[in-house]
Amino acid sequence: MAQESKVRTGARALMEVLQDEGVELVFGYPGGAVLPLYHELGKANIRHVLVRQEQNAVHAASGYARTSGKTGVCLATSGPGATNLVTGIATAYMDSVPVVIFTGQVPTSMVGSDAFQETDITGITIPITKHNYLVKDVEELPRVAKEAFYIASTGRPGPVLVDIPRDVALAPCQAPVPERLELRGYKPTYQGHLGQLRALAKLLREAERPVLFAGGGVVVSRAEGYLQELAAKIQAPVATSLTGLGAFPEDNPLSLGMVGLHGKPCANHAVMECDLLVGLGVRFDDRVTGAIERFAPQAQIAHVDIDPAEIGKNVRVDLPLVGDISCVLKELLPLVEPARRPAWLERIKDLRNSYPLTYGRGGAVRPQWVIERLGEMTRGQAIITTDVGQHQMWAALFYGFTEPRTFISSCGLGTMGYGLPAAIGAALARPQKQVWVITGDGSFQMGMPELGTAREQGLPLKILLFNNQSLAMVRQLQHFYYDRQYTAVKFSGNPDFVRLAECYGAEGLRITKQEEVVPVLARALQSDSLTLIECLISEEEMVYPMVLNGSALNEMLLP
Amino acid sequence: MKRTLSVLVENRPGVLTRVAGLFSRRGYNIDSLAVGRTENPSISRMTIVVDGDEQIIEQVSKQLNKLIDVIKLSDITDDPHVGRELVLIKVNAEPAVRGEIMQIVDIFRARIVDIARNSLIIEATGDADKIDAIENSLRPFGIREVVRTGKIAMLRGAKTRGMEASGDGAGE
Repeated sequence: MAQESKVRTGARALMEVLQDEGVELVFGYPGGAVLPLYHELGKANIRHVLVRQEQNAVHAASGYARTSGKTGVCLATSGPGATNLVTGIATAYMDSVPVVIFTGQVPTSMVGSDAFQETDITGITIPITKHNYLVKDVEELPRVAKEAFYIASTGRPGPVLVDIPRDVALAPCQAPVPERLELRGYKPTYQGHLGQLRALAKLLREAERPVLFAGGGVVVSRAEGYLQELAAKIQAPVATSLTGLGAFPEDNPLSLGMVGLHGKPCANHAVMECDLLVGLGVRFDDRVTGAIERFAPQAQIAHVDIDPAEIGKNVRVDLPLVGDISCVLKELLPLVEPARRPAWLERIKDLRNSYPLTYGRGGAVRPQWVIERLGEMTRGQAIITTDVGQHQMWAALFYGFTEPRTFISSCGLGTMGYGLPAAIGAALARPQKQVWVITGDGSFQMGMPELGTAREQGLPLKILLFNNQSLAMVRQLQHFYYDRQYTAVKFSGNPDFVRLAECYGAEGLRITKQEEVVPVLARALQSDSLTLIECLISEEEMVYPMVLNGSALNEMLLP
Repeated sequence: MKRTLSVLVENRPGVLTRVAGLFSRRGYNIDSLAVGRTENPSISRMTIVVDGDEQIIEQVSKQLNKLIDVIKLSDITDDPHVGRELVLIKVNAEPAVRGEIMQIVDIFRARIVDIARNSLIIEATGDADKIDAIENSLRPFGIREVVRTGKIAMLRGAKTRGMEASGDGAGE
């Protein structure tokens, strides 16, 4: 064994790549086929975070990547370890998160034989990765691993999976870590086309009622500064998508907030009334547009994105512009002329006053009110991760995000169980920041085992759990679309979440009435230990505004 | 509207799966797909005939271009090009009708490549119309089996759609 350890194996070469890439943290779960990699990981100076299920390794890596801007790294074994990753990978793919996943695989001689814990994970993940590899020759491993990081983190980011058979990881490897990569089929376009930039500047000059619509691409390319500069220079209001929350500070007077089926009324009306809509790093997803044929009916649409395939996919586009948002806005700024738009901004003010974001008062604890208080008490500067359900929309609408990379949520895939593991990754990436998980009793129970990981890592996460003992977003859909027949949405066997938290050595707090909200939040804010706050709310609470199927964005149901 | 896409891809395992999977996953219709190595052994060329309106063809092209293994994609439908398909047709051929069949084979400049007691295998190349025509002419005799390769295509003249023409990255 002592002699063997002197050999530079594929596994050791892989660790060289991780070090070369500056990887400081790997999220994973070991198993037979991946042990050669774990053996070398243990020797390399790279911290490993042992999660409780592989899916959460990807979610944690995703939370890490989204808050830090670096690439998240995961490690898992073959077979069930690999298939457990699938939801995590699909979640990262839909939100364009750079994650590199290494999986162990059965030895090459057994690949294709239905061996123990064998599964064709590259075949399975083709539709949900930006690219993937099965490495059959150890001499290709250093290059493939470098390519994986390069592909994951450049252009439109996304997950890349590298499947490594056990014998490949153990085989001696001569190939050095390459310094340069040659990818003839992959050349993302960063710089915008000058002619198109000028055309966009012209559209902005001629528009009377422009709206800038910022998405996740603004966050990814760190374009928030340029965006603020542009909005101020041409006095254009800015709406965001769900992934774009934080890309433009919501306390800026030009901020409209989130657009979409649960968007802010003023943002939805502004999009429907604008004469120029400039999409920046957005997908015009169906949750944004409402009835697509009636979306932004008065507007010319300009669409800037680094992924050419997004342009013209969902909405008609009058001006396509392929490029990185930062590069494009930087080039665009000197081309646009300062403008003042008193009439349009006056109209926006009217819209804001006529259609305020409201919710019902009275009764029990109102979750919207709780989130507003949390937003005030953290000055909109905490990192908020969420799960998926009503609480996700309340967080998006009522927190008041002011910084990019602080709203971390499964926006595209809508994966319940994302919040807690993502918060673990976020807290490890940004230890100076308060990290809050806003969740519900349904979602939380999908990621709950990760309380153990949070405890092990000593992370002072704050978990705000809205408990209505039901899947109330599903209930809301049944309310509006299925004759109020509430099937399969009631939980009658929930645990006592406060005591559950205590079982994990965390502090458990409970909110049952409005007077308790501020003191309990304050106590959690001061605590430096893992804290869970259970907040009891009514299952009849609804998310408003709500645009029903087939309706246009300005046809919202309001409370 | 049928479009002919000429696609250079890395000659690696799994590339065909990625391309074919993309079509089924996104609901595009492949009319035919022919693939083979190019003059450069590390590169294969796929000739894909796809049916769809302008918007679909644009999406197909963009999505294909996003695949890391796709090196270059050209829509050559509107460029002058030679398009060919190869077909093998096994047709019933009692001795009494063989003469008639051989006449048809001559007319289409096809070839008989196998003879059995009661059947022939006919090989023909040409564009899709010609292949359809020969198939229709032979149908009355009783076609037992047809194997078609799908279209392959090459630009006319000195122009190529090889690597030397690339360098502009994605999106044409």
